[in-house]
Amino acid sequence: MSVVCLRSVVCLLGRFPALTGIDLTVDEGEIVLLSGPNGAGKTTLLRVLAGLLPIHSGEAEVLGHDLALDRRSARRSLALVGHETGCYDDLTVAENLRFAARASGRGTDAVAPVLGRLGLERLAGVTHARLSAGQRRRLSLAAALVRDPELLLLDEPHAGLDADGRETLDAVLAAAPGEGRTVVLVSHELERARALADREVVISGGRVQPETPVRPETEVDPPAPVAAASPAEQPAVPDVSVAT
Amino acid sequence: MSIWSEARLVAGKDLRIEARSKVALTQVLPFGAIVLLLFAFALDPDRGILTKAAPGLFWVAVLLATLLAVARAFSIEEQHGARDALRMSGLDGGAVFLGKMAAIAVELLALELVLGLGVVVFYDIRIERVGVLLLAALAATLGLAATGTLYGVLAAGLRVRETLVPLLLLPVLAPVMLGATRSFEAALGGTTSDAWPWIELLGLFAVIYVTMGVLAFGPLLEEA
Repeated sequence: MSVVCLRSVVCLLGRFPALTGIDLTVDEGEIVLLSGPNGAGKTTLLRVLAGLLPIHSGEAEVLGHDLALDRRSARRSLALVGHETGCYDDLTVAENLRFAARASGRGTDAVAPVLGRLGLERLAGVTHARLSAGQRRRLSLAAALVRDPELLLLDEPHAGLDADGRETLDAVLAAAPGEGRTVVLVSHELERARALADREVVISGGRVQPETPVRPETEVDPPAPVAAASPAEQPAVPDVSVAT
Repeated sequence: MSIWSEARLVAGKDLRIEARSKVALTQVLPFGAIVLLLFAFALDPDRGILTKAAPGLFWVAVLLATLLAVARAFSIEEQHGARDALRMSGLDGGAVFLGKMAAIAVELLALELVLGLGVVVFYDIRIERVGVLLLAALAATLGLAATGTLYGVLAAGLRVRETLVPLLLLPVLAPVMLGATRSFEAALGGTTSDAWPWIELLGLFAVIYVTMGVLAFGPLLEEA
């Protein structure tokens, strides 16, 4: 069953076409690595999948919900760990997690196991403002896990984490398929991420590179990273008028 | 969760943040008190004018403090991507509106209580009809909080929101100023029947803006 199904998705940031016709399918329980150069559209794609950015054209279905019609329903079953924590400075770690759990309709008893899993127990009473950058990354991941999402979207999850934090994150990712979770992650730590991912999708110029198999027909090794195509080599953007 | 449970969750979160950060206590409240004191200094030579103008001056001080409370309520959502997290949370937009409005209303009621005592002491006035004053204050506060929350999310995410919110909000709140001031005057020396039409106006204003907020907040939060 497909958790993510994108067909010719175009997303404009102002007048700039950040995604220029993305086709992507992600199956249930898969861990998919999105790679590509800076500005390729990876973070934009994650925000589109999270329902935070509208699509300009194309078809986007996440967890069975059409993002053009019903982004809110899709959001209930997914979580995004972005560059920022989404937490409140004056609330403690535990309070932030309790708010995230209750807001997503889960009980606060979901908080303690997540605190333990991410090694945040001793920080439970510490306010977000007093956390280090690495501790905030852990909290960010904890706030996502406490929602028990079916689809976990991660943007540079290894950034800012110490060795122990990376191990913890890798363990969470490795366990995701067994917990019924699908993961789409963006990372520049390619070796580490490739070791965890089922496959890699290379994005450049706002679209999936044609050399990257969107849905392998058979079990194959993850493809080698493909060098980003220059803009001149990319096909023209359909149905988008871009004023420069 | 019902919309009321979700609203309680958001209001509880906002009030907890305010209780811990003490911004309302150390900035919004002193600001309102300073405004009242400045009016007293400006009009001190004529004590009669100060007493007569006390209702209007009180509500001007509350209105200006409302701008700070609204700005604060939305600035906490700007930090660390909290607004995106709120959008992702799955909470109903109407519930978020009601929760944020309730938190602002609680802060304003506390502020009005303190400033009201200040007016009685410094402006030397005597309140004849406390019930009328309380009813009018409650309706006016709901109107202020509802309008502030709605215009707050309208400007959220804009770089010019600090200057845009007062520009949008102050003209819209003219009926609240008028109704609240007239009701306060009636509580000082008039009759209950003098106040009633104004309290009805305040109530109607609050109902309209609460309804608009519940309906429009979600889409506005999406666009912010």
